[in-house]
Amino acid sequence: MSKKLRIATTSLAGCFGCHMSFLDIDERLLALLELVEFDRSPITDIKHCGPCDIGLIEGGICNAENVHVLREFRKNCKILIAIGSCAITGGLPAQRNHLDLGSCLTEVYLTEPGLAHGHIPNDPELPLPLDKVHPLHEVVKIDYFIPGCPPSGDAIWKFLTDLIAGKTPELGHGLIKYD
Amino acid sequence: MSDTFHLDGAEVPFESGQTVMQAALAAGHYIPHLCYHPEFKPHGSCKLCTVKVNGRTTASCTMPAEAGLEIESETEELNALRRTLVQMLFAEGNHFCPSCEKSGNCMLQALGYDLEVHTAGFRHLYPDRPVDASHPDILLDFNRCILCELCVRASSEVDGKNVFGLAGRGITKHLIVNAESGQLADTDIALADKAMQVCPVGVILPKRVGFSIPIGSRRYDERPISAQALDDAPRQSAASGGCTACEE
Ligand code: SF4
Ligand code: SF4
Ligand code: FES
Repeated sequence: MSKKLRIATTSLAGCFGCHMSFLDIDERLLALLELVEFDRSPITDIKHCGPCDIGLIEGGICNAENVHVLREFRKNCKILIAIGSCAITGGLPAQRNHLDLGSCLTEVYLTEPGLAHGHIPNDPELPLPLDKVHPLHEVVKIDYFIPGCPPSGDAIWKFLTDLIAGKTPELGHGLIKYD
Repeated sequence: MSDTFHLDGAEVPFESGQTVMQAALAAGHYIPHLCYHPEFKPHGSCKLCTVKVNGRTTASCTMPAEAGLEIESETEELNALRRTLVQMLFAEGNHFCPSCEKSGNCMLQALGYDLEVHTAGFRHLYPDRPVDASHPDILLDFNRCILCELCVRASSEVDGKNVFGLAGRGITKHLIVNAESGQLADTDIALADKAMQVCPVGVILPKRVGFSIPIGSRRYDERPISAQALDDAPRQSAASGGCTACEE
């Protein structure tokens, strides 16, 4: 039997919805595990991405740590895939892009009703937010995109099995969606 | 006998005065389009309908049909160009489909699906375009406008109201509301207006409708836009085809 493909997955500025959808491939996960093994992923709890064949990234880039993780994935993964609206367009987090970051933080932590004694979190452990939220392809080269918010389990399955079979992945009507 | 031209090798009949787009749709051949609407004079701005006529690219919605033309449409070269146009539209506005009430019924989105556009590819501009919620029944979300001018044309030509206009040039071009205040509430637009029905994307929306059609039953959930557009097109009826043939 040929060597299993190694896959890493992570969620950056996302909601883990794409990962939940990935689990929606249900029992096909067992068939997939015949072909692949997982590196860094919420499934394994490995903290850093090592050399991989495929990296799957959900969520866009909204803070400095996201940039580090994305670069680590790009360095280690032969094929990098952006999965879901946030990774591909910035998505929901990017809805703040036309607002000033300072006034966003002030509104959320200081001036909202009920926050009289709030303060803007400043623990040095916290990654600094970026001025704007970016889709992945604006920071590193992305090889493939699986759109959807989230893409369905069927779409993810079709895409990955096409790719693993060495075909150009195609979704087609019913599987390709942006919402 | 009606004259014919060739579209991707197929013989397409046309009547004098028809454009390439009209004749193609009427004969059951889909050419992708966005700013073309069967009830309005062609505008020729989106260029999604670009075809090659005798080797030269041109917009098929404005090109008059002529006998003997050799036209290519469904080629990888042209679809790659169309894909890029769709990608630029996505990068230029703010198209966050998951929160758009037009999702599933939107032509831009459906074209993206049909052309297998998986990403906008370009750097997103994220323009700042506040919505106009001033009107009690109608919401205007400028973030999604693709400047097709259909609402402008519908409001002036059909409704006789001239509610909308386009102002500015190039990248600063934008939709405006023709009122002193610039607010929709200060116009006489009404829910029953034609201008309410023509927007191909999610700009002009009736309030209090929301996501009323469940996912799975929306217009382009059922069939891709390439199939839907042919149903919507005024078709050459078999009878009239027969008659023109008789007159020969
Ligand atoms: S107008 Fe169409 S493409 Fe734009 S956000 Fe709405 S559904 Fe998506
Ligand atoms: S509001 Fe809609 S119909 Fe009017 S120009 Fe913009 S996209 Fe076209
Ligand atoms: S449909 Fe022909 S230019 Fe838009």
